[in-house]
Amino acid sequence: MSTITNPVSASPTAETTSERTGAQTVWETLVRLGVDVVFGYPGGAIMPTHDAMVQYPVRHIRVRHEQGAAHMADGYARASGKVGVAMATSGPGATNLVTGIANAMLDSIPIVCITGQVASPLVGSDAFQEVDITGVTLPITKHNFLVRRVEDIMPTLCKAFYIAGSGRPGPVVVDITKDAQFAKAPFQWSDSPVKLPGYRPEHRPQSPDFARAVKLIEEAERPIIFCGHGIIRANASRQLSEFVEKTDAPVASTLLGLGGFPASHPRALGMMGMHGESWVNSAIQQADLIVALGMRFDDRVTGNLATYARGAKKIHVELDPAEINKNVKVDLPIIGNVRDILEALTPQLEKRVRKAWNASIDAMRSEASAHDIIQLPDAGKLHPAHVIHDLWQLTKGQALVVSDVGQHQMWEAQYYKHEYPKKLLTSGGLGTMGFGLPAALGAKVACPDDEVWVIVGDGGIQMTQAELQTARQENLKVNVAIINNGFLGMVRQWQEFFFDRRYVATPISSPDYVKIAEAHGLHGQRVTRREEIAPAVARAREAPCTAVIEFCVEGEDSVYPMVPAGANLEEMIRRPPTGGQSQS
Amino acid sequence: METKRRTFVVYVEDRPGVLNRVASLFRRRGYNIISLNVGRTHEVGVSRLTMVVEADDDTARIMEANLYKLVNVLSVEDITGTPAITIDLALIKARVTPQQRADAIDLAERFRARVTDVSAETMMFEITGTQEKIMEFAGELKPYQVVEMVQTGTVSMTRGGEGYASEVARNHKPNATAA
Repeated sequence: MSTITNPVSASPTAETTSERTGAQTVWETLVRLGVDVVFGYPGGAIMPTHDAMVQYPVRHIRVRHEQGAAHMADGYARASGKVGVAMATSGPGATNLVTGIANAMLDSIPIVCITGQVASPLVGSDAFQEVDITGVTLPITKHNFLVRRVEDIMPTLCKAFYIAGSGRPGPVVVDITKDAQFAKAPFQWSDSPVKLPGYRPEHRPQSPDFARAVKLIEEAERPIIFCGHGIIRANASRQLSEFVEKTDAPVASTLLGLGGFPASHPRALGMMGMHGESWVNSAIQQADLIVALGMRFDDRVTGNLATYARGAKKIHVELDPAEINKNVKVDLPIIGNVRDILEALTPQLEKRVRKAWNASIDAMRSEASAHDIIQLPDAGKLHPAHVIHDLWQLTKGQALVVSDVGQHQMWEAQYYKHEYPKKLLTSGGLGTMGFGLPAALGAKVACPDDEVWVIVGDGGIQMTQAELQTARQENLKVNVAIINNGFLGMVRQWQEFFFDRRYVATPISSPDYVKIAEAHGLHGQRVTRREEIAPAVARAREAPCTAVIEFCVEGEDSVYPMVPAGANLEEMIRRPPTGGQSQS
Repeated sequence: METKRRTFVVYVEDRPGVLNRVASLFRRRGYNIISLNVGRTHEVGVSRLTMVVEADDDTARIMEANLYKLVNVLSVEDITGTPAITIDLALIKARVTPQQRADAIDLAERFRARVTDVSAETMMFEITGTQEKIMEFAGELKPYQVVEMVQTGTVSMTRGGEGYASEVARNHKPNATAA
């Protein structure tokens, strides 16, 4: 094996034109595309590629289930802004990726999933471990490819990375037959731009649009700005802050937009929508202008479309033309990169001060805050909202938090105040339980110096807890806060509100999480009272390995306020006056 | 909002699976296809779709934007309302006895249909034209008992001007990406 060379140090001369197998070509290409970590799981049809990997400077994180690989690539991409890579074999390996691919699609996350496929003469014959994964993933990928020839591997991977990361990002699947991985061909790296005649990811906004936007903003008395995920993906936080300084308009965030605008800013309102605070949704309903930046008016944001923000003109700044007028009819769409658009728009605006409008929102806010559970004593009980609030204080709001899906996700969004972009990773569009732990491991790989916390329910952790052993084997230190209320809490809450408290299939038992952690060779603790939170968090942070804390919280706390699905935004279910617990 | 019949002309890369992507998009988004016709063009590697759909204005714009998002779609043009030649082709086989042939041929001539096959018991007609004309002809053949009928789906081409395919093919050159 004396012929092994480091392709990074190899100059693109003689070395790069010599013959390579398809498997080597995969790595030659990935390394040149800047990939240094892959989340994967081996198997028959991808074996040649895994076999060739040892020759290349790429870290392979071997997961416990391919869903974990897709979520890790997703968490890596969200935290780093780069393209994440997952790798799996054909058939069940590929289908196990599917949930993670759909998750990345719904949240516009750039990942490339490389799957092995049975040898091309066998394709279509129902061969062992054969699944038509390009067919299966067609509606949940931005694009996908089946590669049958070694010569096509390099150009296809280049296209896949370009498509995944440009425009509105998304997942791309590259399915490579086993014979193409074995076959040899001359390898010649090409720096020339990717040729995709039908792909136009960028749009240039028209200058008349800016003039109309300036007019709408200057005529507005009660404008409100929406900070969506697009602000974070486009690295437009600074441009948003400058826009807010000029317009003096308050900023409401979508779930995925949290962190795009600093929570401590006086104009930051917090999250909008189904579990948005009352003053946020009220401000939206009272506004006379919405400036929506990089968001898509999801049904969790709008509630009943017929009564949504009826008094407001709407400017929609969005990268994807297919989102315009999809859910909410807007007055002025501006298609393009939100950062470029804000940079062009802000200098054209007069500086304004909107005392009355902001004062009226602040009044609503201080009134509502007085009834907030954070203001209530714990009375010997452990409330999940208190756990999140204390965790925010103990970590000084600086942690990179990855939440799973359910009640704890909403409490995190309400009580962990994020100051910076890319410090809250959560599954928004698909709402994928089990996302939290693997996504956090991917984020830790991307940001090894960050303090990473997983906030997860007792349901979600039981879906993907096998990845605790991945954390152990790969020496990845994250802290896992399990909010254990003995229920699939969000569904239980809906049963309480809308199904006459019939708690069907929602009570869920848990293993002993301290023992689970210890069995994985990790640090485990249990917290049952509020005063135990701080010392437990301190011990978890000091532990050299991944640390698990089980928080045994009140069983039937609900997330307030709540706008029932499809209801008018002002029709919120508020916290009962008795305090934290609803009457049961 | 009011829905109406619309015709899209869509140029796509001629490669396996592209029709599946277009059909999958329409199925997934719940758009109804009234007619879909696909065929190659004079430019190598470029296929042309004529799609007839029922949609309101907003939905039509979103359909167009979603079609553009497919990586293999080269161009989309909504030619509804643009002067165009729009025709279907149908083959219709009817039970016609030798005694009835003269009448049947008269009928075909009135519709400018061609007799393409004759057997002891049947005649086959080829007719091109609008949906309305074809269905009217099929109706007139009913007394003879229609045995089999097949249609190609609508094809459309705007009148005058330069060929759109040439323009698409000009852009279908290396390094014309990401513009």
